[in-house]
Amino acid sequence: MSNIKSALESRILIIDGAMGTMIQRYKLEEGDYRGERFKDWASDVKGNNDLLSITRPDIIRAIHLEYLDAGADIIETNTFSSTAIAQADYNMQSLAYELNVASAKVARQAIEEFSSTKTNTVNGQRSSSKFQPPTANRQPSTVNQKFVAGAIGPMNKTLSLSPDVNNPGFRSVSFDEVSDAYYEQVSGLVDGGVDLLLIETIFDTLNAKAAIYAIKKYFRDTKKESLPIMISGTITDASGRTLSGQTLEAFYTSVAHAKPLSVGLNCALGAAEMRPHIAELSKIASCFTSAYPNAGLPNSMGLYEEEPEETAHFLEEWAKQGFVNIVGGCCGTTPDHIRHIAERVKKFPPRKLPVMEMVA
Amino acid sequence: MSEANVIYPYLRLSGLEPLVIRPESNFVNVGERTNITGSKKFARLIRENKYEEALAVARQQVENGAQILDVNMDDALLDGEKAMTHFLNLIQSEPDIAKIPIMIDSSKFSIIQAGLKCVQGKCIVNSISLKEGEDKFIEQAIICRSFGAAVVVMAFDEKGQADTRKRKVEISNRAYDILTKQLDFDPQDIIFDLNIFAIATGLEEHNNYAVDFIEATREVKAMHPLVKISGGVSNLSFSFRGNEPLREAMHSVFLYYAIAAGMSMGIVNAGQLVIYDDIEPGLRQLCEDVILNLNNENNEATEKLLAAAESVKGKVKEEKKDESWRLTSVEERLKHALIHGITEYIEADTEEARLHYDKPLEVIEGPLMAGMNVVGDLFGSGKMFLPQVVKSARVMKKSVAVLTPFIEQEKIDNYNRRVAASSTGTATEEKGNAKILLATVKGDVHDIGKNIVGVVLGCNGYDIVDLGVMVPVDKILETALRENADIIGLSGLITPSLDEMVYVAREMKRRNMNLPLMIGGATTSRLHTAIRIAPEYEHGVVHVLDASRSVTVAGSLLNDILKKPFLENIGTEYSKLKSDFANKKSGKQLLTYAESKANKIKIDWKKFEPVQPAFLGVKIFDSVPLQEIAEFIDWQPFFIAWEMHGKFPQLLSDEVIGEAATRLFADAKALLKKIIDEKWLTPRGVIGIWPANATADDTVSVAATEADGLPEPLEFLRQQSKKATGQSNISLADFIAPADSGKTDYIGAFSVTIEGIEKHITRFMEDLDDYNKIILQALADRLAEAFAEWLHRKVRMEYWGYEKTEQLTNEQLIREEYTGIRPAPGYPACPDHTEKYKLFHLLGGEKTTGITLTESLAMYPASSVSGWYFANPESKYFGIGKISRDQVEDYASRKNMEIAEVERWLRPVLDYEA
Repeated sequence: MSNIKSALESRILIIDGAMGTMIQRYKLEEGDYRGERFKDWASDVKGNNDLLSITRPDIIRAIHLEYLDAGADIIETNTFSSTAIAQADYNMQSLAYELNVASAKVARQAIEEFSSTKTNTVNGQRSSSKFQPPTANRQPSTVNQKFVAGAIGPMNKTLSLSPDVNNPGFRSVSFDEVSDAYYEQVSGLVDGGVDLLLIETIFDTLNAKAAIYAIKKYFRDTKKESLPIMISGTITDASGRTLSGQTLEAFYTSVAHAKPLSVGLNCALGAAEMRPHIAELSKIASCFTSAYPNAGLPNSMGLYEEEPEETAHFLEEWAKQGFVNIVGGCCGTTPDHIRHIAERVKKFPPRKLPVMEMVA
Repeated sequence: MSEANVIYPYLRLSGLEPLVIRPESNFVNVGERTNITGSKKFARLIRENKYEEALAVARQQVENGAQILDVNMDDALLDGEKAMTHFLNLIQSEPDIAKIPIMIDSSKFSIIQAGLKCVQGKCIVNSISLKEGEDKFIEQAIICRSFGAAVVVMAFDEKGQADTRKRKVEISNRAYDILTKQLDFDPQDIIFDLNIFAIATGLEEHNNYAVDFIEATREVKAMHPLVKISGGVSNLSFSFRGNEPLREAMHSVFLYYAIAAGMSMGIVNAGQLVIYDDIEPGLRQLCEDVILNLNNENNEATEKLLAAAESVKGKVKEEKKDESWRLTSVEERLKHALIHGITEYIEADTEEARLHYDKPLEVIEGPLMAGMNVVGDLFGSGKMFLPQVVKSARVMKKSVAVLTPFIEQEKIDNYNRRVAASSTGTATEEKGNAKILLATVKGDVHDIGKNIVGVVLGCNGYDIVDLGVMVPVDKILETALRENADIIGLSGLITPSLDEMVYVAREMKRRNMNLPLMIGGATTSRLHTAIRIAPEYEHGVVHVLDASRSVTVAGSLLNDILKKPFLENIGTEYSKLKSDFANKKSGKQLLTYAESKANKIKIDWKKFEPVQPAFLGVKIFDSVPLQEIAEFIDWQPFFIAWEMHGKFPQLLSDEVIGEAATRLFADAKALLKKIIDEKWLTPRGVIGIWPANATADDTVSVAATEADGLPEPLEFLRQQSKKATGQSNISLADFIAPADSGKTDYIGAFSVTIEGIEKHITRFMEDLDDYNKIILQALADRLAEAFAEWLHRKVRMEYWGYEKTEQLTNEQLIREEYTGIRPAPGYPACPDHTEKYKLFHLLGGEKTTGITLTESLAMYPASSVSGWYFANPESKYFGIGKISRDQVEDYASRKNMEIAEVERWLRPVLDYEA
């Protein structure tokens, strides 16, 4: 924790970009997803990107490496849907724990591989100019420690909304089911070796609270040292509310008890639309702030067209305004976007943490 | 690049929108109408599953300016967790409600947890406390924290609810330290509910409650500036229920001071608060005196406010009193008067009806019975309660009294006409109502329960012949035959009455009677009836638990079709009880009496110095003001007498019986005031304290003077049940230093009685007012108990003086938190009634005590209490439990009594058949 904290106090950290967008580039087929192990799996598994950490870890590792190479300080595990509840779509609920361990390990390996490459290519084009062994306690700013964030996604079932308009009191899932599923995910991520836990793309705050509940319980139960929690909500429309209806401040208030390392926004909006919200958040958040918008809004074909240079331009301005401590990209962003963002923001100091008054 | 922000440690809550409570924020209103325990309407909607309408209540709260919505689903008849979950889920789909934060309110933590799982915003949990100790508190706090909820912490710990400033502050500090040091609670997420209690109750120890709250608020806020202080404001004015204008004024004045001291939120009906400055200055001054406990020596301020309350209330009442029922038909008016217990117009209405009908009897059989049927139905379905029924009966009696002379006259006229018309006419007696004969058996003087049963049965159309108290068996049975009774009902309160009832049953058999026998009263039980009484008489013996059941039992017994199967059922049930009891008994293990004695309480007498009483001998108290005694009344048994069970004063706000209980309470207090003001009753008490030593294991010799009549030694009984290691087999004698300790110890005795009730009872009876008669009797009992409490305290602090600095509230006295005990002969610690002879002998007998003992050793007047005083700090109340024959034999020889005689007196505690 102290490592990432001191890093966040000294500079703006870069979080990686989209995983799905990158996987799409490989144009994988059902067989690639299944691999040898699941060749006889009863249901289709194409599209279960998280499964690739088991069946095609080479691809996932390569994507992580690309982002690391582009300048990402934090890479997210390929676990956006690795809960028993989300995996039920593929009848793979029993694999939830394993998926999380596998994804965490792949990300860990990518970082090790990246560090050792850097060791061997001291003069490499975009590498750090000085070598430091990765085990060193203190690292000069030029060779930065990399972090694995265990990605905890929002699930396909929601606790605050009824799927049946005629029965608004109905819920398709219970708090206990959701928090149990998150608990299992967290135990896999921690066992796999992540540095951080990132609850992201939150459109229903109650699901996020179930994740926070599960994390707190996990560390209480296991008595392990708690990992820092990052929280990233999703504002879904111009009214500035989450899908479950909360304003940004209400959302922040609802999750502040997690005592997160950072709170921020991702997904749904491009940087242009996200700006007023991140500006507000930077004022009210007592912790570090993060922002990783989409590459603009999708076009009629569902494709993101914002160029890396454009995205980077928006984020540069946020850095200049002192809104952010962590930036990166979400849907539609690529290593190229991340590289541009990293280049643009590095000259600005990070947002200063607010002064916490002790008296009202 | 901007400068870093400053973030302040405010309490931040959220629904769909944030709510930040800043120091400059106004008082935060928590909407209270979505609380089942506080809103009848909401409770009804939830019970009837009308969630749509329940949502409308919530919406209205928000529209009226509630900033936080309190949701409470505590109801014995509901699955609270399910109701909480469903309601909160529904709220989530209503953005105009869900925008404000929720306060999840329950006394059951499982319901709170269910609520926490439904709310995405940051809510408040109301409440957790140290009531069940630190472990539970920490466990619950961690759960609240895991959901991010702020918590209301009640000033409540293992010892109870904090009522003084000191305790409120102490408990708050303790909870604060645990939450912020052991757990990671932010101080701004802690809200202390420092307990607002009712003031102006008439009890002096309540007078400072508001001041205690306000001062504790100030102190807690000074120590922990970030916490919030809250409280349920409406509790404050509880004694003025029904007088809303006064209550609002009191709340407003209270909040004026409490907010200034740092109170920042509260559960109030915001729409109903009057503005401080708008309160009429005279009233405001009275409220201030009462709330700040100023100019309140001897309850002076309270009295003044009470007086003012009448006028404030009177004004409003007059406006509100609904007299529209007076415009309806005479039948409807009679019915209304019966159901609502209104006697005001009953005589005129009855007279009007009499003129309207052909025969006066038709008024009874028509509208009066119709009204009483409604009352019976409402009572039967739990919608009316005993006090209301008794009031209805009063109306009925008054109405019948108007009609009776005319009915009698008519009978005479008819008779004369028949005689005149035909000398051979066979004047067949028409069959009247079924007749039930009631009596408290010989030796027993208690009759409140029996009176209530009489009224209830009377309401249901039975003719009641009430023979009163101390009725010998001959009189009961002869009257039953002469009056042609259909049922005999026996009542008794003390244990020897049980034997008398057995005797009555035997006599009924001997005399070949065949009418059924109902058994009731505090000392009776289904088991005793099954084992002892029923086998003596074959034509039906039924135990009746309370007055409400008497109706169905009598109904079944008098129904030709039902009677046989009903009695057969009861017979089977009682046989089973009897055989179960016999089987169970053989398994029970008692120590021998010798073993029990070996396991007595071991007090280290070497280290113990008995406190030398400030006074020795006998002293009479015949001029204690009733007012002073009344302050020690324990009201709970008063309500039990009326078959209203529950904790006092909570039962006054009970969802089901609260309203009826509150009205009864008001009537009782009004009568009590009259009793005190007009000196209806005279308390008379006697105490005695003498040197004493235990001269054998279970024998205490009293060194009374010659004047006290050199009594025999006192004999006590000892527990014989097998005890866990470290537990003793106790006898009261264990608490007195043995002679061989070389130390002089002491024992005391007392008796109290309430005199002068008879003529008032007679007056109420003449006035056909059972309602006030029963209230009066129950109050006299309460006053006797209160006097005993008063006297005991006097003895502890003054006459014996072993506890000179005691400061206990009435609640603590009721919970028996004092040092020393006052067990009564005939009750669990010393179940032998015959020791009462020695007690009364020591106190000077009837001459000093004003009490006579019946042959069953009941005390007369009925409202009397007597007992021993033990001062040893180790002494405590206990029950003897069952004893075996070896102890009985020893006891009989010590007391120089026949074994059979001892067995007769001790039958309820014997472990064997005798």
